[in-house]
Amino acid sequence: METVAMHIANGIVNGPVSAVFLVISAAALAVCIWRARADLDDRLAPMAGLVAAFIFAVQMLNFQVLPGVSGHLLGGTLAVILVGPWVGALCVATVLIVQCLLFADGGLTALGLNIFNMAILGTAVAYLLVAALLRVLPKNPAGLSTTAFIASVVGVVVASQGFVFQYALGGTTDLALGGIAGTMAGVHVLIGIGEGLIAATTVATVARVRPDLVYALRRYRKTATPAPIGATA
Amino acid sequence: MSKRLGWFLAAGLLVAALLAGVVSSFASGSPDGLDYAARQGCTFDADDEITGGTCMLQQEGDHQTAGSPLADYGIRGIDNEYLSTGLSGVLGVLITFGIGGGIFWLVRRRGTVASD
Repeated sequence: METVAMHIANGIVNGPVSAVFLVISAAALAVCIWRARADLDDRLAPMAGLVAAFIFAVQMLNFQVLPGVSGHLLGGTLAVILVGPWVGALCVATVLIVQCLLFADGGLTALGLNIFNMAILGTAVAYLLVAALLRVLPKNPAGLSTTAFIASVVGVVVASQGFVFQYALGGTTDLALGGIAGTMAGVHVLIGIGEGLIAATTVATVARVRPDLVYALRRYRKTATPAPIGATA
Repeated sequence: MSKRLGWFLAAGLLVAALLAGVVSSFASGSPDGLDYAARQGCTFDADDEITGGTCMLQQEGDHQTAGSPLADYGIRGIDNEYLSTGLSGVLGVLITFGIGGGIFWLVRRRGTVASD
């Protein structure tokens, strides 16, 4: 891998705006921790650790989207489907903090910006879409895959526009915003499609092996077939 | 934690370790979407140094933890690129699982026994 910087670096967005987003992100994560406690039990806690570790791994796998342009998973959709919105946002944030502190990826000054775009904004949009789509789509691996794909594409594009918003507020170079917004949206549609394929494959696999571990299917399981094959141990 | 969940977690971690430890060396080396946008407007020479134009990347500052032994997804002191990237990936997976899983385990709801 020649290119190793994947997230917003220091200096791209000015100090005051970075600081504001650090405060916003810290507050949002505090709310997530508070709400996550209701979800986290003896089963979800280790599962959430695995989701975070899996997102870390897949973020290393940059895939080509255009000649000279690659992309990687952000992970929000995957996380909210498997462990829910509050824990899911914390999973993505955990990955970003580990990457920033140990792997020098994503500036420390820019940590609030990165957490806001990927762990909060992209994840929130993904969750709203997942919740809406699963009301109408079948609650099986196929329906879950379709949901994951659509939520990934939209979530990734919205996260990329989060950066454009931050750059509009505190960008350190005088550049035309329209161009940045267009470039970011264009490549992130393609990255979102890649993320969608990875997320769909992953959640469908978990839904086949252990449907009881898929958070997004939980509320539908009471009315679903009482004993899916292999669900009782 | 039940034995079945334990097996699921072990299998999941193995997949993650293989992705980060082996597949990662075959990942694309092209700039990612954000980096690509940050480079728009500038020209670069063969060594990837900016030679002219205006782009976001010109304002990029140094990273505070650039001296970390795992900086840039490698292990300082290991020259073999595959080994360096792969080992740093496996370490990253284990560290993320340890920190994430550890914190989630500490703040979890107590008093409920997993039913499976």
